[in-house]
Amino acid sequence: MWRYVTKRLLYLVPVLFGVSIITFGLINLAPGDPAELILCSGGVEPTKEAVETLRAELGLNDPLYVQYGRWLGKAVHLDLGKSFRTGRPVAEEIFSRFPATLELACAAMAFMVCLALPAGILSALYRHAFLDHLSRFGALFGASLPGFWLGLMLIYFFAVKLGVLPVMGRGGLRHLVLPAVTLGFGLAAVYARILRAGMLEVLGQDYIRVARAKGLKEKWVIGRHALKNALLPAVTLLGMSCGHLLGGAVIVETIFAWPGVGKFAVDAIFNRDYPVIQGYAFFMAAVFVLVNLLVDISYVFLDPRIRLEGGNSR
Amino acid sequence: MSSSKNSGVGVAGYPAPVESAGQAGTVSHGLPGSALTRLGQDKLALLGLVIILAVVAVAVFAPYLAPNDPVKVDLAQRLAPPGAPYPLGTDHLGRCLLSRLIYGTRVSLATAALALSAIMLISIPLGTLAGYCGGRVDSLIMRVVDVLLAFPGLILALVIAGTLGPGLLNVMLALSLVWWVGYARVIRGMVLSVKEKEFVMAARACGTRELGIITRHILPNVLSPVIVLATLDMGKLILAISGLSFLGLGAQPPTPEWGGMLNDGRPYLQVAPQLMVYPGLCIMTVVLAFNLLGDGLRDALDPRGSTRISL
Repeated sequence: MWRYVTKRLLYLVPVLFGVSIITFGLINLAPGDPAELILCSGGVEPTKEAVETLRAELGLNDPLYVQYGRWLGKAVHLDLGKSFRTGRPVAEEIFSRFPATLELACAAMAFMVCLALPAGILSALYRHAFLDHLSRFGALFGASLPGFWLGLMLIYFFAVKLGVLPVMGRGGLRHLVLPAVTLGFGLAAVYARILRAGMLEVLGQDYIRVARAKGLKEKWVIGRHALKNALLPAVTLLGMSCGHLLGGAVIVETIFAWPGVGKFAVDAIFNRDYPVIQGYAFFMAAVFVLVNLLVDISYVFLDPRIRLEGGNSR
Repeated sequence: MSSSKNSGVGVAGYPAPVESAGQAGTVSHGLPGSALTRLGQDKLALLGLVIILAVVAVAVFAPYLAPNDPVKVDLAQRLAPPGAPYPLGTDHLGRCLLSRLIYGTRVSLATAALALSAIMLISIPLGTLAGYCGGRVDSLIMRVVDVLLAFPGLILALVIAGTLGPGLLNVMLALSLVWWVGYARVIRGMVLSVKEKEFVMAARACGTRELGIITRHILPNVLSPVIVLATLDMGKLILAISGLSFLGLGAQPPTPEWGGMLNDGRPYLQVAPQLMVYPGLCIMTVVLAFNLLGDGLRDALDPRGSTRISL
């Protein structure tokens, strides 16, 4: 098993190297000269000499691979440059906002579990009954519902019409409700279906029949024997869902003025604050890769079959 | 109601994107008859198809259906309630909401279709090359795929589109650069499977050149199912495009696009909620239709699949 973990860790090196190349390359996609952009961010048209001086200062006249090496050297020390707009280090700006995004993602995940778990279990237990159909409808609409529209509709009903929940910013638990529901709803729909399929498969297995034949109470059969195994396919998808949550958080944070990294990145895009955009992409990819690694490793612990296969599986 | 039961009826075997790469089974052009029959029996899939055809018709005949000019500003009529001559009212610039929704169908469908074409243009050659050549070419392409998959998809699309600057073209480009990886993997898997088939070996034994084998024997067996399934991924693309437009990165004023219309209407949520409701309903209906048809088709092609989201 440790061989598997080591292999996965080593696999990270080339992936993160590739991520760094793409992130570095982003700035070269931007129309215009970066030096000119920095000087223009002050709101004054720069002189040609000023642009040239800054180009030399930033090393923009060096070959691309030299610039990349320099950037990578700083990036591994978490120096992702300074924001054009605020002048503060990008890493500092991102780290100060990431807890807000993490809080939102965790709340969305909690909402997702609270909704998907009972919906998945009940629709499997009462297959083809009203609850099952309701859960299927929910899943279908959840997969088709634009998150940004759901957010706006929730604002309209719960904040504008009923006035029961706050709309903007970060605060107590009440501030978290609407953004978390907006972010978690689509995922809850998908997970409910996955869990239902997993439960149906597990409930047909011999060991469940044996457990029932032994006279175990149904709640024990479901809770201890069926659910544990039915959850496995859902766990594998948690890593992918992390990407979904981080991507979705950008839109949700923008709608609810949630002070997380997503909103910060969108603001940076409109301010053409390229170091922030670059830093955000690098940071998010690193988080995504790390979460996927953790999910993969946790799966080894959860599923003995993978453990027994040893280092052969990726 | 659905055709997703584990009937165990013959195996069509076309792999659904991403999840079953490398498991291409039966080789045939287009949809096999049994799959079409199964699709015909899936009422929800047919409902999806009917909605899609209706939406395409609306897009094609937009100039005849729209009651007003979708970009004509009339400040005297701003935020007018529904009624003649504006059946759904007007937006903050006095433009007819219904006409903008109708023309928005064109923009949304065309953008998604163009993005999908670009995705196919990238993924088909790269996926085929990786699968057919194997070795270093395969490793190189697959490492690029791995690196791109290391980014959360929407975030990479967002930063590419954001760096390139707002505009529908840049959104299409960004989504194409991000979205091709999933298809390349599927195509690679299918090519890997098809290239071992006897008819390919026979062609090789007859002295057919490599390029001829790829274009005449492998691609025709790979393309049809991929294109069919990719077309049904349109719903997700429409969602992504409207999401980026909602953030202000996609369609720019005065182009009517559903995501952009939602963004424009945000400040008027309290006084004119219809500006929010209708574009959102349009997006949801179209995405739902594509999801229904997509699920139905996947079921028809692989009746053993059990994790579809459908009714």
